[in-house]
Amino acid sequence: MTSKSAASEPGTSKPAPAKRKAGVSAPPKTGATPEELLEYFRAMLLIRRFEEKAGQMYGMGLIGGFCHLYIGQEAVVTGVQAALGENDAIITTYRDHGHMLASGMDPRGVMAELTGRRDGYSRGKGGSMHMFARERNFYGGHGIVGASASLGTGIAFANRYRGNDQVCVTYFGDGAANQGQVFESFNMAALWSLPVVYIIENNQYAMGTAVTRSTAQTKLYKRGEAFGIPGQQTDGMDVVAVRDAARKAIGHCRKKKGPYVLEVLTYRYRGHSMSDPAKYRTREEVNKVRSERDPIDHVRELLIAGGTADEAALKEIDREVKALVTEAADFGQQSPEPDPAELYTDVLMTL
Amino acid sequence: MTEHTLVGAVNLSLAKALEEDETVILFGEDIGVDGGVFRATDGLVDRFGKDRVLDTPLAEGVLAGMSVGLAAEGFRPVPEIQFMGFIYPALEQMISHASRLRNRTRGRLTCPMVLRAPYGGGIHAPEHHSESTEAMFAHIPGLRVVIPSSPRRAYGLLLSAIRDPDPVVFLEPKRIYRAVREDFEDDGEGMPLDSCFIQREGTDITLVSWGAMMHETLAAADQLAEHGTRAEVIDVATLRPLDMDTILASVEKTGRCVIVHEAVRSNGVGAEIAARIGEDGLLSLLAPVGRVGGYDTIMPLARLEGRYMPSTERVVSAARRALEFE
Ligand SMILES: Cc1ncc(C[n+]2csc(CCOP(=O)(O)OP(=O)(O)O)c2C)c(N)n1
Ligand SMILES: [Mg+2]
Repeated sequence: MTSKSAASEPGTSKPAPAKRKAGVSAPPKTGATPEELLEYFRAMLLIRRFEEKAGQMYGMGLIGGFCHLYIGQEAVVTGVQAALGENDAIITTYRDHGHMLASGMDPRGVMAELTGRRDGYSRGKGGSMHMFARERNFYGGHGIVGASASLGTGIAFANRYRGNDQVCVTYFGDGAANQGQVFESFNMAALWSLPVVYIIENNQYAMGTAVTRSTAQTKLYKRGEAFGIPGQQTDGMDVVAVRDAARKAIGHCRKKKGPYVLEVLTYRYRGHSMSDPAKYRTREEVNKVRSERDPIDHVRELLIAGGTADEAALKEIDREVKALVTEAADFGQQSPEPDPAELYTDVLMTL
Repeated sequence: MTEHTLVGAVNLSLAKALEEDETVILFGEDIGVDGGVFRATDGLVDRFGKDRVLDTPLAEGVLAGMSVGLAAEGFRPVPEIQFMGFIYPALEQMISHASRLRNRTRGRLTCPMVLRAPYGGGIHAPEHHSESTEAMFAHIPGLRVVIPSSPRRAYGLLLSAIRDPDPVVFLEPKRIYRAVREDFEDDGEGMPLDSCFIQREGTDITLVSWGAMMHETLAAADQLAEHGTRAEVIDVATLRPLDMDTILASVEKTGRCVIVHEAVRSNGVGAEIAARIGEDGLLSLLAPVGRVGGYDTIMPLARLEGRYMPSTERVVSAARRALEFE
């Protein structure tokens, strides 16, 4: 079976057809309905197209500062989002565009923040790493590696204190997992039985440092063991697997059983940020993952093999998604520059 | 001789230190294989090996804390923090331990470490990738705080910092990492860590600055010169301990002074210098001491950054105010 790659990025050769086996006669079994698969396909594609566009715009000098792309990791947030309840909170790192789109934030506002404009989510003062949307229970975007762990623990504390059943999903990376505040958070969350799911997005690298070169216990889902926190590892290239694992983790917290560690094995295709010497891994390694384990290709195959959609229908979805992204990109370029008076806003309340 | 950028000079200096003293050890996030985010340690792991140039896990607090232990054991650790905005977990170790080890042990243990970090704005990056919080370190007795303003000074000051028997916080102005090139010999010559540099002599006004802002300050001096004003320009270089003798001698000569720094103005190092001029040089002053600094706000993103950073124009107009004061 052949599949068109969703990972067509400029300047790179098309990945080979996916190797993952999909049933030929009978539709492959997944725990997801055809409608759900279509929804995940669209959600992941939106993130990918958005990120491709952001990468291009960065290259053209339209985005300032840093820009950490999420390409390759789309199944993680998409799967987790599908498992979240309406009022559950989300907090993450600087590799946050996917999380924002998945949580339903407006691509136009996200793009306008990347370009540092007035209509951005932080009115052009935060940029790629620092956006927030309380109405979506999205508590940022944080540039300090490891910060989300303790802040997320605090959000969970608030929920427990109020006695509601809301859960805080706290994302951080494999590199962040070595920060002291992560361990301190684990201890307190376990001690006080806080409803927080620590989602470790293990994309194998922290900048140029492979997990094996920085981490004594590379099975990161075991990181909570010393505190009695249950952990699980899941395939982050399979959106349904992520969703199911997240359901279990979130369910655990919602039942007031305390925190949970979910390690999601994933991979980032692009450099750490837009400047990356790429000395730490081979092109072949990246291409292999892209061609054999791409999360979007995987769902595409399921959809086609299951007879839910044909190539033409999926192309149409791609067209719609691209139109949304183009609109966001235009918006991000047309929105006015921030007012210089913004320099002084929101520092302290004037009393 | 060869031309070096500031970041190239840092690299050269680190290599020299590794070469001349086997107790020197570098570590930090991505400093080995990647050669550091700004390539300050490019190639060093290949030359000096993985035992002396170490990639570490993400753990700034331990990098600094471990350095104190290593230093007490006779090593000369040179940890790198990727950006000054990530230095705060290390601040705890620098204040509570590094700065006090000599005093606390009555000299039985010392802490010859150098904590390096790129600092400052002007690269279109958000808050913690752009801020200048040198005053926090300059407030702490028992630390040296050193900021070079040119490739040659980066080379010489860093070498001296590594050879120094006490803890040094060495902040590298990343905006000018590659802005200028300077010719100099890789001769292992250090530079003093206890004195300011008179960058340009003058008689009419003293302009005091450090780091990347030296460039705006010198440009301002050029503009003033076009109108016949001869500004004396001082590069402080070592913010703690502060060489007030050089600054006071200059102010005695000129009677006027403007201090320029990129950091937020309130409670910045400029305030300390101004206060000391007030205490010890009041009678030589012909005008109030002026300060040009960053505004009292959080460093904004790219599109407002230009409005935050002290410009040559702001330095010139502060100088004019001082010159025209009657
Ligand atoms: C406290 C702190 N130290 C260093 C950095 C610089 N830095 C940004 S991202 C990063 C790597 C983090 O890797 P990981 O946690 O695996 O997340 P990923 O980038 O892979 O998503 C580093 C070292 C930072 N932002 N904050
Ligand atoms: Mg990672």
